[in-house]
Amino acid sequence: MLTLLAFDLKLLGIMRDMSKTQTSGGDALIRSLHEEGVELVFGYPGGAALHIYDALFNQSEVEHILVRHEQGAVHAADGYARSTGKPGVALVTSGPGATNAITGLATAFMDSIPVVVISGQVKSELIGTDSFQETDMIGVSRPIVKHSFLVQKAEDIPEIVKKAFHIATTGRPGPVVIDVPKDFTDPNHTFDFVYPSEINMRSYKPAKAGDSKQIKKAVDLILEAKQPVIYSGGGVINDNASAELTELAKLLQFPITNTLMGLGAFPGTDPQFLGMLGMHGTYEANMVMHNADLIIAVGARFDDRITNDPKKFALKAKKIHIDVDPASLSKIIHADVPITGSAKECLTSLISELKQHNIEKNKLEPWHKQITEWRNKHGLNHSMLDVVPENGKILPQQVIQSLYKETEGKAFVTSDVGQHQMFAAQYYFFDKPRQWINSGGLGTMGFGLPSAMGVQFAYPEDTVACVTGEGSIQMCIQELSTCFQYGLPIKIINLNNAALGMVKQWQDMQYGGRHSSSTYENSLPDFCALSESYGHVGIKVTQLSELESAMKECISLKDKLVFLDVDVDPDEHVYPMLEAGNAMDYMHLSKDKKTW
Amino acid sequence: MKRVIALLMENQPGALSRVVGLFSQRGYNIETLIVAPTNDPTLSRLTMTTIGDEKVVQQITKQLDKLIDVVTVCDLGESEFVERELMLVKLNKSSIAIDEIEKLQGKVVFEDNNIINLQFVGEPDKLDKLVDNLKTKEPLEIVRSGSLGISSNSKTLTI
Ligand SMILES: Cc1ncc(C[n+]2csc(CCOP(=O)(O)OP(=O)(O)O)c2C)c(N)n1
Ligand SMILES: [Mg+2]
Repeated sequence: MLTLLAFDLKLLGIMRDMSKTQTSGGDALIRSLHEEGVELVFGYPGGAALHIYDALFNQSEVEHILVRHEQGAVHAADGYARSTGKPGVALVTSGPGATNAITGLATAFMDSIPVVVISGQVKSELIGTDSFQETDMIGVSRPIVKHSFLVQKAEDIPEIVKKAFHIATTGRPGPVVIDVPKDFTDPNHTFDFVYPSEINMRSYKPAKAGDSKQIKKAVDLILEAKQPVIYSGGGVINDNASAELTELAKLLQFPITNTLMGLGAFPGTDPQFLGMLGMHGTYEANMVMHNADLIIAVGARFDDRITNDPKKFALKAKKIHIDVDPASLSKIIHADVPITGSAKECLTSLISELKQHNIEKNKLEPWHKQITEWRNKHGLNHSMLDVVPENGKILPQQVIQSLYKETEGKAFVTSDVGQHQMFAAQYYFFDKPRQWINSGGLGTMGFGLPSAMGVQFAYPEDTVACVTGEGSIQMCIQELSTCFQYGLPIKIINLNNAALGMVKQWQDMQYGGRHSSSTYENSLPDFCALSESYGHVGIKVTQLSELESAMKECISLKDKLVFLDVDVDPDEHVYPMLEAGNAMDYMHLSKDKKTW
Repeated sequence: MKRVIALLMENQPGALSRVVGLFSQRGYNIETLIVAPTNDPTLSRLTMTTIGDEKVVQQITKQLDKLIDVVTVCDLGESEFVERELMLVKLNKSSIAIDEIEKLQGKVVFEDNNIINLQFVGEPDKLDKLVDNLKTKEPLEIVRSGSLGISSNSKTLTI
């Protein structure tokens, strides 16, 4: 009865909407979102946002998803954006709603993800008076947004939304905040709604095509190289340039490595692929980088988790650096040939220029031979499921391999932060861009589950797995309730090592094994019972012999969220691991083996 | 090395805080900063001086240029330019004689029986020396504007 009534009210609302030429600021905001093609908004209501929520209620084009914490809203919008390439939208109220969104914003900012966060603000006349639930959202978010807008009058809303989406999605993408004082969404103030068909911003003109002279210089270096490598990052995925990247790598037969953010841009199962590089990159990827005579960096930013000590980084290599953000070029590592432009356009020009030349591939043979030797010597063991550990414990790598096997490599995999994240990146082969969703730049524990919600909303038919740890999952575990409300059948794969494993690993390696506050003294909940209390399915695995059948059951329950809680060996470390303060060839390979 | 950077930005609330915020956020120093609307009232011109090597200054200008409100940025040191600063000094009238003021190329902008206010315009390092020289006069207050700069060739910072 109640739902019927709500339905009728909604219908009435729609009819009212269609007959109306005048809109309030609240209606204008929602209509603007619809104009931008937004179908989903993740959010949480509160006083300053209530006019907006009423505007949402009165229409049916933009669906609102009620999360359980604003951090979850922004991560969900972020996961939606990462998996689809379309901007994600979150809606929060002022004050605590806005501050709860901050971690989500910082996460999206560090990974250059197009997210638009709309925050309610106190009435304009109250701004600056320390009024109830007032926070200077523009000020607080300033260093972690690409741009932000404080609405000054209701009539500006359509143009601001248009600009916000334009800025968020073009150039180097990033999050944009629109802070809306409550009086500008007041239903009693109406005006003519006109959505701008285009906007012109004299101060914002992101680069597109790369300079042709620079492309020619790059080609010269490429033709000369004997020990080259392509190193690509999240920029290639953001710019939908995976096809071009793959074409370039195939054309040249160059070995290729991806950053944590770039996994999937080149097929993970292709023999040309070296695996991930950097802090926990493969032995062969790091050795190739260190010994290369040419590095072609595309949409990657020479982050400190990649270079190790930048003063010792790849000293023999010339560097070609393609990036849409000119400020990334020569920021950390000097670029011999800097190219500013979109990854897609620059790669396309590079490929067509290269095709004018005779590309001699034979001279790469010794290099490929060397790489095979490295791989055979210390490459990752991708048959871990065949290993039966002496201590009877399950290795975390085995769980990832089991997941890979059961999902046939086709799942969307989101992750949190810690050892489990690195194992997922190392052992699940991602053949497609946007398949691997994780917080690489900020390293935000709590990202995995809410981002998986965003992915599952975008791809209701696909398997979405969240590889997490018992530490990280507890940072946004409240979203289990959202998952039940909306029937999201996410597969939570919890690598339960009963510890903040990555912290513990560092304490083992650098602090003489003093585990300061990295374990929980038997205070962990029964995750299966917890999930069941939220209406989901919980499956506990303690024995290796049960792992594969439990995984099969977990993945086969298509309509259910399953929390697969696997007890893994708490003493396992992630290797390889770069030794700080050195070049990329200084790696720990196991607890008692290192490269130097 | 000291650098003078000039930029044009949208004359909008929030624009200045983004520019200033960038400096603290990225660990750059601001030595001086001046901002005022231009004759196109939709634009403000901001001049700042900072200390840094070539690489740092390049990063600063690129990061500034990235800000959405910033329309155009120029490292004035890339070509010949003129730099000037304004200084106002308040002295006890008895501490300085008129011919001395003339020698220092100062201008009297206010005086009564006890107090005299002087104005000086010059290159910042000249003003530094002047401040030293004025020490013996025990100035009551000295206020400096920070540098303004303009390139001395035909190049202009416009949109
Ligand atoms: C919000 C947040 N707080 C702290 C950290 C630091 N941190 C990085 S990994 C880690 C441990 C994660 O534990 P768990 O989720 O159980 O993963 P494991 O390493 O055990 O696989 C911590 C505390 C972080 N990345 N994010
Ligand atoms: Mg753990």
